[in-house]
Amino acid sequence: MSIPVEVMAPVGTTVRKQPSRRNLELVLLIFAWAVGVLGTLQIGWASGVEPNSQLWITTGVVGALALVMHGVVRWKARYADPFLLPVATLLTILGLVMIYRLDVAAIERAVLNESPAPTPDVYSQLTWFTVAVILFVSVLFLLRDHRILQRYTYTFGFAGLVLLVLPLAPIIGTTVNGATLWIRLGGFSFQPAELSKILLTIFFAGYLVEKRDSLALVRTKFLGIGFPRLKDLGPIIVAWLVSLGVLIFQRDLGTSLLFFGLFVSMLYIATQRRSWLILGGLMFIIGAVLAYFAFGHVRLRVTVWLDPWTYANDDGYQIVQSLFGLANGGILGAGLGQGFPNLVPFANTDFIVAALGEELGVTGLIAMLLLYAILVERGLRAAVSVRDSFGQLLAAGLSITLALQVFVIIGGVTRLIPLTGLTTPFLSYGGSSLIANWIIVALLLRISDRARRPEVTMPSPDEAVTQVVRRV
Amino acid sequence: MTRPIRRIAFVLGILLVALLVNVTVIQVVLAGDYRDRPGNQRVLLEEYDRERGPILVGSNPVARSKETGDTLKFLRVYSDGPLYAPVTGFYSLVYGATGLERTENRILTGSSSLFVVDRAEQLFAGRQPVGGAVTTTLHARAQKAAFDGLRGKKGAVVAIEPSTGRILASVQSPSFDPNILSSHDPAAIREYYTTLEADPGKPLLNRPIVSLNPPGSTFKIVTAAAALASGRFTPDTVIPGPRTYDLPDSTRKIRNWNGQSCGPGDLVTLRQALAVSCNTAFAWLGNQLGADALRTQAELMGFDQSFEIPLRAAMSRFPENPDDPQTAMSAIGQFDVRATALQMAMVGAAVANSGKTMNPYLVQEVRGPDLAILQTTTPSVFDQAMSPINAAQLTEMLVNVVENGTGSNARIPGVRVAGKTGTAQTGNDNPAVAWFVAFAPAQSAQVAVAVVVEDAGAAEVSGNQLAAPIARAVIEAVLR
Repeated sequence: MSIPVEVMAPVGTTVRKQPSRRNLELVLLIFAWAVGVLGTLQIGWASGVEPNSQLWITTGVVGALALVMHGVVRWKARYADPFLLPVATLLTILGLVMIYRLDVAAIERAVLNESPAPTPDVYSQLTWFTVAVILFVSVLFLLRDHRILQRYTYTFGFAGLVLLVLPLAPIIGTTVNGATLWIRLGGFSFQPAELSKILLTIFFAGYLVEKRDSLALVRTKFLGIGFPRLKDLGPIIVAWLVSLGVLIFQRDLGTSLLFFGLFVSMLYIATQRRSWLILGGLMFIIGAVLAYFAFGHVRLRVTVWLDPWTYANDDGYQIVQSLFGLANGGILGAGLGQGFPNLVPFANTDFIVAALGEELGVTGLIAMLLLYAILVERGLRAAVSVRDSFGQLLAAGLSITLALQVFVIIGGVTRLIPLTGLTTPFLSYGGSSLIANWIIVALLLRISDRARRPEVTMPSPDEAVTQVVRRV
Repeated sequence: MTRPIRRIAFVLGILLVALLVNVTVIQVVLAGDYRDRPGNQRVLLEEYDRERGPILVGSNPVARSKETGDTLKFLRVYSDGPLYAPVTGFYSLVYGATGLERTENRILTGSSSLFVVDRAEQLFAGRQPVGGAVTTTLHARAQKAAFDGLRGKKGAVVAIEPSTGRILASVQSPSFDPNILSSHDPAAIREYYTTLEADPGKPLLNRPIVSLNPPGSTFKIVTAAAALASGRFTPDTVIPGPRTYDLPDSTRKIRNWNGQSCGPGDLVTLRQALAVSCNTAFAWLGNQLGADALRTQAELMGFDQSFEIPLRAAMSRFPENPDDPQTAMSAIGQFDVRATALQMAMVGAAVANSGKTMNPYLVQEVRGPDLAILQTTTPSVFDQAMSPINAAQLTEMLVNVVENGTGSNARIPGVRVAGKTGTAQTGNDNPAVAWFVAFAPAQSAQVAVAVVVEDAGAAEVSGNQLAAPIARAVIEAVLR
């Protein structure tokens, strides 16, 4: 990841005009939209269930939303990375297509059973996407500079923690499938952990920028590696305990893993001390062993992971069906509308990757994983390009969140690691996840815009946190 | 902070590679294993997800796929299950497929290379392949007549169109209901299958083409054909027909079925010997002609040969190295001579078709999902079993059997029917097997039929009593 020369230009020099590459973004967006239209048509051909006018309106709305986002980026974040928006849009569209495809399967089944047609999920997902776009636009409008966020570091930290524990609150907290991740307000349910991960990433970035000098101090050397002072261990221990708390009280293995992994990675980036990684790794192992012996649900996950076939009809049913689906997909896939992705329970949320793998094959899955890789890579590129430490940490943290979440859920669905309940960013059915991930995209766009912006005289919005930029 | 970010990026890259390798292993390397794993419904669902093409008799789909509401999308239904069971077979979740369901599977599922154009279309349209239709050669009324005739008996009927080899009827009794075996309820399937297997009537045996019985006196058609072919005998040649025939090199004797001599002075013409089904005359004839001549004649008519119609028929046999007494016994369809109903129908059909044995077949044509004909079976000659002159002479002799001899129950007013009765012992204590082989109208036969009824009475008359009426009913059904 090379740092563009323009960005490195010393303050005060005139910079030549930087191409905004917004037209490239527009072309890629049109391509992403076309993929969605083709997918919709193919499902119609394959299933015989012709897309109705409501679906075509949906397709049109998706296109319009993409154009709105593009327009806002052109206006408010002109120099932002041109790949972030199209890639996230394409993933969202793939998710919508697959959710629609599973709707078709559910409708077909209902027709055969002569039972009432189920409510299609694709339209409510479109509603969530619209909400996500509104928030995306709001972020770009209201947040002129990401450094403003740094002022509210502790507010975000507090809000993030509150959101994290909110599902445990009486009345509004809800337990679904054994995990307490939801809050219910009125007719809506929401997974606050999704939003919490953004708030906590902002908090980690702000906090670590402030404290990294002391956290980077070395007291003891062991095997040639410097370890931190004992009194600096507080933060990591708190993070560890919070993660364990999430696991114990909410039974949410995925979120627990995600938070701890995120914190340790950001700690390492901020301090550049590998000792934090080693410490974090050790604490992870201790936590994992503790969890395995202390909690039946964790033990069950591991047992099923090691030998799903023995539990093919009960606890391992999902993962076994997922593997069967993937196997059925093979290299080129069964084709959209031609597999049996509906055999996997929760096919449109946790297991949407199994559904995509079955119908688009390993070819489609690899393409999809590479889309995530592009997204993460562009995020990390923004991180190394932006000038302020807070922006660097924030962009890196958001990218890492995305990457870890993709790894944990897809690894789980494909039996690389034990299965944990996490949503698949952009693809899964569900509002919280979609909204949260689009806010991440908005933040990354904002940071990358800042990084690539050619203006040289842009005063910091907050003189109090003037950076001593350390380049390594 | 660039360096740690790069390091983290590198680690994330490793995680990405792990995911990529893992999905590739699952979807490419292990995919085959996973497909074969018990509990994987997808392979089955895929087959049951397609609309399997129908099996037609005329334009009537006797086997077709019906859409259901359960996980298996299509259910196979048979409109006249037991009637057509020996031809259609069944299509079972548990026991696989039999009959045309098995042999024509690629056509019925639409995976045959005949559908290459349709498949290309389906690929582009992303549609499920739809199966083709198989039209059988069966004649609905003949099939029904045979089925009704066999009701309550144990046996089989095969009818053939002599000029082509088209199988017009293939019926067995007892039969089974393929609907139950093709249901989506494994427990019910297993239970019914177990019952069928335990049934002494062996309903799962494809009796018309698989069950082998000694053909008894119906084999005299073959012996007579060999006699005419030798050039030493004509229908009017006088041969010995005493009350008993002493088997060569043996103390055993062959008797006539009524214990009488076949003609005045123990002499009889070949024509008359056939009409009264004279065992002693044909046993003598067998020794005169020799085993090789008999075998040659039998093989020209399809013995010692396995036919795929396309169901695989059992091979009818003429004994390999019979000594003289065994040859004499073989000449009257005893000893180790064994034939299916299909084989004896072929013998009748060969005589009827000016001596030409045709290859029998069950599939008339294959149609695509759009009902366009993709393939039609053209009749093919198996062998020239007799000269046309000898065939005409033998036909006259067989008409004489029905009009003046033992085959009286096959008479149809206004139609010249050629036929031959038969009763065979399958063992010392076993009940006899009654046969009737016939074709009509004699000069230009439209149908040749073989009826076999097992567990019949011991008398020679049982062929005429039990089997001939069924043959007549089938002939009438075709000619009507």
